[in-house]
Amino acid sequence: MSKKKNTNKLPNSLKPVAGNGLLDRRLFLQKGLTFTALTTAATVAPSVIAKASEGSEKQAEIDPIRPPWMRQPGKPFSFYGVPSPYEDKVVRLPSANSVLQGNGASWSPLHQLEGTITPNGLHFERHHNGVPQIDPEHHKLLIHGLVEKELFFSIDDLMRYPRRSQTCFIECGGNSNSSWNKNASKSPLGYSHGLVSCSNWTGIPLSTLLSEVGVRKKARWLIAEGADAFAMNMSIPLEKAMDDAMLALFQNGERLRPENGYPMRLLVPGWEGVLNVKWVRRIELSDQPVMARNETSKYTELLPSGKSRMFTLEMDAKSLITSPVSSTFIPEPGLFQITGLAWSGRGKVKKVEVSADNGETWAEAALDGPIIPKAFTRFRMPWRWDGKPAYLKSRVTDETGYVQPERDELVANRGRHGYFHYNAIMTLAVEEDGFVTHVYKAEDDKNSGNLGIDADW
Amino acid sequence: MYIKQKMIKILAISVLMLIGSVVATEDQQFSIPEGPQLGQPATAEEVAALSINVFSDGRGLPEGSGSVVQGASIYQSKCIVCHGAGGLGGSAEPLAGAKMGLTGEWPEKTIGTLWPYATTLFDFTRRSMPMTAPGSLNNDEVYAVTAYLLYLNGIVDKNLVLNKETLMQVKMPNVDGFINIYEQKKQKNK
Repeated sequence: MSKKKNTNKLPNSLKPVAGNGLLDRRLFLQKGLTFTALTTAATVAPSVIAKASEGSEKQAEIDPIRPPWMRQPGKPFSFYGVPSPYEDKVVRLPSANSVLQGNGASWSPLHQLEGTITPNGLHFERHHNGVPQIDPEHHKLLIHGLVEKELFFSIDDLMRYPRRSQTCFIECGGNSNSSWNKNASKSPLGYSHGLVSCSNWTGIPLSTLLSEVGVRKKARWLIAEGADAFAMNMSIPLEKAMDDAMLALFQNGERLRPENGYPMRLLVPGWEGVLNVKWVRRIELSDQPVMARNETSKYTELLPSGKSRMFTLEMDAKSLITSPVSSTFIPEPGLFQITGLAWSGRGKVKKVEVSADNGETWAEAALDGPIIPKAFTRFRMPWRWDGKPAYLKSRVTDETGYVQPERDELVANRGRHGYFHYNAIMTLAVEEDGFVTHVYKAEDDKNSGNLGIDADW
Repeated sequence: MYIKQKMIKILAISVLMLIGSVVATEDQQFSIPEGPQLGQPATAEEVAALSINVFSDGRGLPEGSGSVVQGASIYQSKCIVCHGAGGLGGSAEPLAGAKMGLTGEWPEKTIGTLWPYATTLFDFTRRSMPMTAPGSLNNDEVYAVTAYLLYLNGIVDKNLVLNKETLMQVKMPNVDGFINIYEQKKQKNK
């Protein structure tokens, strides 16, 4: 790269706080400095460039003093807003069974999003046999089993119940599963780690409904079942249901989308996504878990010993750098903002540290507030890239003191065939020409990116 | 009845408080708001018709039966397209045919090597399979397919007729292959 401009004329007060150009997190509070937003440069740029080149002649004609959109009335009002056509590359990435297209997942484009709330149309999806189109008039919830009264609740009835709103993440137990492979995935972040999203959910505390049916003393588990073609069933401990679980009806202010469980789903904050049963229609109270397929042969983690972890339930703390993004270029040396997301199924994020020198030194990132338990927390770190190779990492510590592990540590404890619950620190290598690539270790060959899956799918 | 419900509510609240002191963070204490009691009583028949959970102790297994031989024939017409001949090689995951087991560089997760309970096989087949026509197999057919899959994995012999009694006599090879992390954590927190 030839265009290494001298963009580093920074005030002397900006002393690095850790190796390879990490600056004080309070930097962004200072005024009068211009920053290049990496997200814009690295990820939105391709679509903008594409648009620009398609209409490059047109571009030349656009009058910068009074552009065409200032010379005619704009579009009329709309019933339901959609994103700008210039943002049409910001999409989920579906990856489904070729024979059964409703069996698979679609990945949320975390690397193209900002803040902490996932737009409803970009929330990740994991379906086992497609998205049912449920007529709410023909959908009821039955609560039965070890209860005093076995009751049906219609949607109309449920709409009269007291509600609560809660912002929390949902993460699929299988999120980040390609990181168990021998070679690091080179996909943009969301397309390998985007089976996680965060929304503001509104619904009825499960404890309210359970109080109404009257839970019998012997009951320990709820077995929830969805009204999809899979009729998926999952067991949830009663304690959790009585603590902070809800029957969610709304997502980010509007009724649930079909792919998120319309007309209603369970919300089990901080626990494996699969427990947040979508399209829920039946809850059986029982003294034992049902030992469903998805809690025995799936969503369990095989260890090197041949034994499997089951009912892992809680999602461990994880952090990911969302910008810069693997397989894109940092345009030139200079001042940038490293940003990303952190969360923990145990509660609040306490701190996120960032390293630019492969974990030799770390500095604490700034966290956007308010910090909400079991929800995305956005972290930010100013960084002056000097044009030399760098290795970026982020590491979260949650309020219980749990620290996100390095990959070596996780693999040493769990082997590579667990498939679920991958939460290790991610490393991004920045090469001299600005190319960013996901690696497991600094010494990894950057070209070793065999995308074949070798860790057992 | 009303008093009993109140008692249960009080019990539930005290359970919640107990949990709250251990789990919930200081700004996340949830109370139990009172609901308007709009639930409609479900009859025993309605509940029975919807209850398809089959537990590992056999609760929920229906009447009916099916043989390995019948199961083989159903498998040929309804399962083979995705799961392949002999439970291996289709677009879906392998069901049988493991030679190496669960340790080593290429673990083989099949019904025979991984699944801890035969009841799960019945429950899952009845509720979710076949993917293109879920809910289309009757109880006899589900018993038969379950019998055939157990046979393919070398767990039962060819003459087996599976019903709710004989299914409970099946011992899956990996029944002791699981570590219950939730229970482990609960013990630790005690």
